[in-house]
Amino acid sequence: MTSELTPHDSGLEKVFEKPDLLLKAEHSLCPGCGEPVALRIILEVLQELELRDRTICVAGIGCYTAFPMIMDIDVMQALHGRAPSVATGVKRVRPDAVVFTMQGDGDMISEGLQEVIHTAARGEQVTAVVFNNAVFGETGGHMTAATVLGQHTKTTVGGRTRERHGNPIKISELLAALDGTAYVARAAVHTPSAIKLTKQYLHDAFRAQLDGKGFSFVEILTMCPTDWFVAPDQGPAFLDKHLKPIYPLGVIKGC
Amino acid sequence: MGVLLEGSCALAEAAIQAGCRFYAGYPITPSTEILEYMSVRLPEVGGSCMNAESEIEAIGMVWGAAGCGVRALTASTGQGISLMQESFAELANAQIPVVVVNMCRGQGDYFQSTRGGGHGDYRFIVLSPASAQEAADLTMQAFYISEKWRNPVMIMGDFLLSHTSEIVEFRVPDQPELPPKTWAITGAKGRRGITLSPLGPAEKLSTNVAGALAHATSKHAAIKAEEVRVDTGFLEDAVLVVVAFGFPGRFVKYAVRRARERGLRVGYVRPISLWPFPTQVLADVAQTAQAIAVFELNAGQMIEDVQLAVLGRAPVHSIGGISHDHSGFGVGPLLNVEHILKRIEDVYPRKGLT
Repeated sequence: MTSELTPHDSGLEKVFEKPDLLLKAEHSLCPGCGEPVALRIILEVLQELELRDRTICVAGIGCYTAFPMIMDIDVMQALHGRAPSVATGVKRVRPDAVVFTMQGDGDMISEGLQEVIHTAARGEQVTAVVFNNAVFGETGGHMTAATVLGQHTKTTVGGRTRERHGNPIKISELLAALDGTAYVARAAVHTPSAIKLTKQYLHDAFRAQLDGKGFSFVEILTMCPTDWFVAPDQGPAFLDKHLKPIYPLGVIKGC
Repeated sequence: MGVLLEGSCALAEAAIQAGCRFYAGYPITPSTEILEYMSVRLPEVGGSCMNAESEIEAIGMVWGAAGCGVRALTASTGQGISLMQESFAELANAQIPVVVVNMCRGQGDYFQSTRGGGHGDYRFIVLSPASAQEAADLTMQAFYISEKWRNPVMIMGDFLLSHTSEIVEFRVPDQPELPPKTWAITGAKGRRGITLSPLGPAEKLSTNVAGALAHATSKHAAIKAEEVRVDTGFLEDAVLVVVAFGFPGRFVKYAVRRARERGLRVGYVRPISLWPFPTQVLADVAQTAQAIAVFELNAGQMIEDVQLAVLGRAPVHSIGGISHDHSGFGVGPLLNVEHILKRIEDVYPRKGLT
């Protein structure tokens, strides 16, 4: 009998559900992936700020390219690396729209680094979000420009070294140095408290856009246990131990 | 009342009068004047002009604006067009109507314009004006055609077209109204969200990827049937027909008239649409003429389309070639009516004529 009780019948209060903007609770990504958590938070923020009707998402290419079909907002699918330019075109012809990009570290920091730098430097009134899991997830575990030193990937067997593979790029610090950026923060989704902060940062980033303050940026560290070669439940610990020391969390540039 | 304008400026003004409200481009000779013109004119009409940081970013910006349903333009020359190819292929798959100007150096970018260097099964509709007036007229049509088919359109010009000043009249064509742009990204007010993507369908939760990609290419046959544009002359009794396109096509038309004055039965075919190519016109020509000559300022590119149309029914001679002056911009000694006339006479069939 107990299993048939609904929260209503039981007198329990419903305290959590998926945002309406998420059309399906299921997704096609790997167990332990952090990107669906990040997506859910973004949609929650858009819903809370009541921005759905005028939001335009520009999506990059990565595992998260599976998301547009389950997001009940307008999405323009861009090519790998190109989302910031596409978002620029969108915002210039639809200045009243709330425009955000959704890219991975491979997409933004490897393939399209120039695009995000110029878009930030111009101070385009868009919000850029990067899911940084320090690896090419979709191709099956290869080094990106954000792979940390010592990290094992299929192209850094034995671990990334400074001598052979070069150093990782700290994208948030790089963009914060530009005059066009109004807001830069680095967040993560590996613990409940980190998720809560991520939501706050996204709120502030969209608020910066709504207030016309310039380019806003949120880097979200996400788990990729599959391509970190650890068990799904070990993703958060891996992120905490290997990514967080290189990519410290917090607001890097406020407005 | 006409106005005196360089071809580039005529093209840019025509775009604005056709409703273009977004331009993004990177300066490169001989397309730079379009960027300069747009940077002044577009803000005057409430549009935006972006001096993009690269050609790759320029086409990305145009993608974003056009995806919102706004008429958008970019221009470059062959070198910069090379950088845009990935986006071209996927703009066609996403069925986003954009207009791209390839203001070439010489005519060496015929293959690039008509075949493209991108991946997959895409085609661009390619229009090739021979004068500033035709550049203005075709540009106005290009926006309409690109929206009608939801397919990118390229205008292939050259150094002389870009930089020659001529009298131009702007005549906005009277065309049937197009259906509303339900595919455009506007924000999802009052409806379910949509996706505008080269990878799959617009409808959320749909997995019909194959259907979306097939839809992007299934229109090619209809475009070939409906969008052929060609200028011909003196074909009825022609023994030799000269094929040439773009600004050099004007030189050829003049040379053909001179040849007629000398008693030679020469005609001309000037393809205006390079894709779709006027295949049937040339197939018909091959039934009546004894020989065909192709004048193009490259090592021989369009000649392959002519040969495909003729299918061996008449000999096809190349009378063009690569010709540059010291600047390398494709205006060389070969672009001279006397030289063209000499080459026409060289290949003119004299045996068996009565």
